[in-house]
Amino acid sequence: MQAFEKLVRQYERQVFRIAQHIVQNREDAEDVVQDAFLKAFEKLDQFQGNSKFYTWLVRIAVNEALMRLRKRRTGRMVSIDEDVATEEGSMPRDLADWSPDPESMYGQSEMADILRKTIQGLPPGFRVVFVLRDVEGLSTEETAESLGLSIPAVKSRLLRARLQLRERLARYFKKRDSRSSQDGAK
Amino acid sequence: MTCTEFLAQLDDMLDQDVAIPLRADLQEHLRCCEHCEITLNTTRKTIQIYRSHELYELPDSLRERLHTAIMAKCRKC
Repeated sequence: MQAFEKLVRQYERQVFRIAQHIVQNREDAEDVVQDAFLKAFEKLDQFQGNSKFYTWLVRIAVNEALMRLRKRRTGRMVSIDEDVATEEGSMPRDLADWSPDPESMYGQSEMADILRKTIQGLPPGFRVVFVLRDVEGLSTEETAESLGLSIPAVKSRLLRARLQLRERLARYFKKRDSRSSQDGAK
Repeated sequence: MTCTEFLAQLDDMLDQDVAIPLRADLQEHLRCCEHCEITLNTTRKTIQIYRSHELYELPDSLRERLHTAIMAKCRKC
């Protein structure tokens, strides 16, 4: 029990962040974290040891989070494949450079709001791949294992998630640019 | 190299996972294609911004409450 408690301490922050990114609601994320660790504890004897404990735990947490989303959407099926057939973001459209550096234009909390709003607009199947690979730093192989996806599927979703986020952030930053130049023209 | 071919390698470029012979072709394309250069730079910036901002912090009080609840449930198993 002590060893498991150590693992809870080690990974509770990461699992909470991943859960929040998927369910986008703090109460549901709290439930997901509790259920994921409880399920991991119950299934500990099934953990093979041929993958990292964290990868195995993330897989449980992602499944719990998707189940929670399904419950919230009154039983409508939510899967890791939802909305991934969209063509959005497969080819960059907004090709203006970001200058000045966006981080010099916004305060920390304002930027965090923009980033949250932007990533929340991605389909769950793209969002979770981006979060695991680019935010949490899992490898392509670990992400594939956590999500039960093939490596090519992870790579394809990651590219489109990155491009969609870039496109959406570009629109946001451009708005601010045009507002600033209007203000400047007054 | 076309922009579509460049884009197919974008992730590997960002992850610095491109084989050396291909890297030269990609650099050559970047030298003459401003659009792809902007796409590469702004996508790199997108990842860096997301990495450097903690969007969903777990406050210590909530962490303790969650931790206690998790361990209580596990002990009941």
